[in-house]
Amino acid sequence: MRDAAKSGGKSKASNLIAGATGDWEVVIGMEVHAQVASASKLFSGSSTAFGAEPNSHVSLVDAAMPGMLPVINEECIAQAVRTGLGLKAEINLKSVFDRKNYFYPDLPQGYQISQYKQPIVGEGEIEIDVDGETKRVGIERLHLEQDAGKSIHDQSPDYSYVDLNRSGVALMEIVSKPDLRSAKEAQAYVTKLRTILRYLGTCDGDMEKGNLRADVNVSVRKPGDKLGTRCEIKNVNSIRFIGQAVEVEARRQIDIIEDGGAVDQETRLFDPGKGETRSMRSKEEAHDYRYFPDPDLLPLEFDQSYVDDLAAHLPELPDQKHARFVKEYGLSAYDASVLVAERDNADYFEAVARGRDGKLAANWVINELFGRLNKEGKDIEHSPVSSAQLGGLVDLISAGTISGKIAKDLFEILWTEGGDPAEIVEKRGMKQVTDTGAIEKAVDEIIAANPDKVEQAKAKPSMLGWFVGQVMKSTGGKANPAAVNEILKTKLGL
Amino acid sequence: MSDLTDLTLAEARDGLKAKSFSATELTKAHIEAIEAANPALNAYVLATPEHALAQAKEADARLAKGEARPLEGLPLGNKDLFCTNGVRTTACSRILGDFTPTYESTVGANLWNAGAVMLGKLNNDEFAMGSSNETSAFGPVVSPWRRTGKTDKLVPGGSSGGSSAAVAANLCLAATATDTGGSIRQPAALTGTVGIKPTYGRCSRWGIVAFASSLDQAGPIAKTVRDAAIMLGSMAGHDPKDTTSVDAPVPNYEAALAKGVKGLRVGVPKEYRVEGMSKEIEKLWGDGIEWLKAAGATIHEISLPHTKYALPAYYIVAPAEASSNLARYDGVRYGLRVPGKDVIDTYENTRAAGFGKEVRRRILIGTYVLSAGYYDAYYLKAQKIRTLIKRDFDEAWSKVDVVLTPTTPSPAFAFGEKTGDPIAMYLEDIFTVTVNMAGLPGLSVPAGLSSEGTPLGLQLIGKPFDEATLFQAAQAIEDAAGRFTVGDRWWAAPSSGAKKKPGGK
Repeated sequence: MRDAAKSGGKSKASNLIAGATGDWEVVIGMEVHAQVASASKLFSGSSTAFGAEPNSHVSLVDAAMPGMLPVINEECIAQAVRTGLGLKAEINLKSVFDRKNYFYPDLPQGYQISQYKQPIVGEGEIEIDVDGETKRVGIERLHLEQDAGKSIHDQSPDYSYVDLNRSGVALMEIVSKPDLRSAKEAQAYVTKLRTILRYLGTCDGDMEKGNLRADVNVSVRKPGDKLGTRCEIKNVNSIRFIGQAVEVEARRQIDIIEDGGAVDQETRLFDPGKGETRSMRSKEEAHDYRYFPDPDLLPLEFDQSYVDDLAAHLPELPDQKHARFVKEYGLSAYDASVLVAERDNADYFEAVARGRDGKLAANWVINELFGRLNKEGKDIEHSPVSSAQLGGLVDLISAGTISGKIAKDLFEILWTEGGDPAEIVEKRGMKQVTDTGAIEKAVDEIIAANPDKVEQAKAKPSMLGWFVGQVMKSTGGKANPAAVNEILKTKLGL
Repeated sequence: MSDLTDLTLAEARDGLKAKSFSATELTKAHIEAIEAANPALNAYVLATPEHALAQAKEADARLAKGEARPLEGLPLGNKDLFCTNGVRTTACSRILGDFTPTYESTVGANLWNAGAVMLGKLNNDEFAMGSSNETSAFGPVVSPWRRTGKTDKLVPGGSSGGSSAAVAANLCLAATATDTGGSIRQPAALTGTVGIKPTYGRCSRWGIVAFASSLDQAGPIAKTVRDAAIMLGSMAGHDPKDTTSVDAPVPNYEAALAKGVKGLRVGVPKEYRVEGMSKEIEKLWGDGIEWLKAAGATIHEISLPHTKYALPAYYIVAPAEASSNLARYDGVRYGLRVPGKDVIDTYENTRAAGFGKEVRRRILIGTYVLSAGYYDAYYLKAQKIRTLIKRDFDEAWSKVDVVLTPTTPSPAFAFGEKTGDPIAMYLEDIFTVTVNMAGLPGLSVPAGLSSEGTPLGLQLIGKPFDEATLFQAAQAIEDAAGRFTVGDRWWAAPSSGAKKKPGGK
């Protein structure tokens, strides 16, 4: 088996990791915790706003005062269903909230309300693109659960403090099947999932605020063997770290096995500073959560028409948008991918491209605008150049009013000073010179001043480029390049 | 005028309307009765006379303006399981310490919004776990009842022992109570009072300290069937804050009393003739059957085959839910905290010091039955039994309208008699837990006295949300059996010399 895998074609083996005893395959499954975008918590009316004073968004329910009862926030249910639909998943018309029991100071009830045996969303899938190949990754389930509060250990020498602002905030736990085979795939999966959630508006995907975080399950095996023992790496909070965590964990497991050891099933933490994972708790130390259906909540039931109504109002999703951009605007698959990665970017592009040359619009949005935004660390929302301005610029190029080169100057003006593109071009005399008389005059002057070059050009026609450059320089870049070429060719007799 | 505390709730209501006395006078009479009786009975863990007099004053103003609400000026006791805004609430556990809620239970709020006056907080078994009120952190409640010619202290039943004793001793006109496995009906039966556990979902559980969420229900303990009907009418109702409460209209229960039982089909389940049932309980049951028959009802033997599994299944479900519900008492946010070297140590110290023996026992049982590897064998199986019990009743409802059984297997017992034997104590609930497991309404009505001269009760079980029929049938029994009140007020201090205030902060 091993030899077969080794010799079995390079492309298939591209994900394999070389070890001392041969190649290894890494198997990854992800559990992503995504904070539901909702104004209030899963079972109380408290605000979910980030960054408030500690314990300022805490209701009697969130603090688990005696006699308090949870009431389901319907918006969180709708968001979970929308997400399920976006993941092409089965929506369960009946689901059950359970209690997951454990003691921790930031868990006021002494249990987390979660969904265990009957989640709200069942199997679905996500398509990811890695190295130009499309792969389907299975979704095992999505369930709703409460977030815990936060313990703060660095405020006093004698006490820990607890902030319950997050206590009770709704999370969606989205569990993938163990379908991922490399760090790159794991990263592509989370990236794509994040894009879908952001399109749906069901999670803002802000990993810095912890609104999207991943538990990564990693195991290794020789290709074709049965699954190895897995370790769960908890709470990895950036796409970059997910890649690093998979790589170092896979390598650690391979080294253990190749040294004759066995991987222990355990929960581990990734330390980005040291670039290593370390043990958090072993299987033996795992909690017995004593799950049972929460008797304070009836089973959650809704009918198909509720789901159908949400489905009817779902926004266009990234895969659909991608296909449409390719078809409608004639974009390359790559350009379409870049544009649909963020819904705001795609919307911006469409505002520029609608009724215009799609490829030209894509070129300007991706290369000029995104390039500049990236360089200055700005996002599209804060772009100094609006889609209307960029559209105006594209119009001027398409009409032949300005050249591509002038357009770059115009873009600079729009970026730094703003204004109406057509007006700027008019006022500042940036219009392309298509008046052949003026161009001819410029060409004549250049020819007259450079008899030696004229001789050289006769022997070597590629010298034409030098003449074009000179003419453009003397016209301040405003001469129509096509006209310059034509006139030069005639005058030089090429 | 006779003692105002002798009045029933309905009589007091009518007297207030007729301006025979004021709400303030009525309230003062009860405050004095509590001061005199509580040192002996320990029914109240906290009296709130100032609070009561303020409410009474407002009631008098409304009565004067002719704007009386249904319970205007009527003084009630409130079980300490009900959270009270600004008034200490402990569930009679040390772990809650001096916990003072900033909120009022929905049932409590319903009563006060109907004009009722709160006299104070009533004793109960710790977290409502017990059948004798002997597990309270404030000490046991003494029943006002004594065996004929004896002075042994008897239990008032539990867990609502403070409620039953206070009503029986005229220390309030009626009281709130809760029932998870029999905690309203058993104490009512043992003290000659009327208690009803309504259908699960009839009353809101919001603001009531939870014991076992799928079984807990609030209900009243009162002096008469009519009083219980009046009370439940104000306590019940849908509450959006409790999603297990049911959005269904609350009928006028008091109006239903007059309907009688002509043609009512009464079921007598053969499985309730348990082995070793005493002759006097058997006779009591027979009397009940005869009274209902005489009033025009028809009697039908029925079978509830899964009855024998109810008690063991209950003692899995209730502790399981309790073990989780009581996890919040961890010393972190409120109540008792006994510091330790680290957080685990603090948890352990706090919970060891804060919970009594019976509560600890049930937390351990509950934790065990929910543990990995045991869940299916215990909790899941118990839930299946619950479904079978419900099905038994569903079948019975095709033949009968109401079921008649004894409330308890025996009359009130003496202090300490069953505390050493948890199983014997749990058997107190044998006729009542089935009703909680099925979520049905159950009512206990006094029906006679034991050979020892202490009260015995009969239980009526009804269809879901058909409390009205229970009141009708109970009224027929009360009409035939009469009321049972304590003759000798042995507990009352001879003069107003006993100034020791009950509970008190």
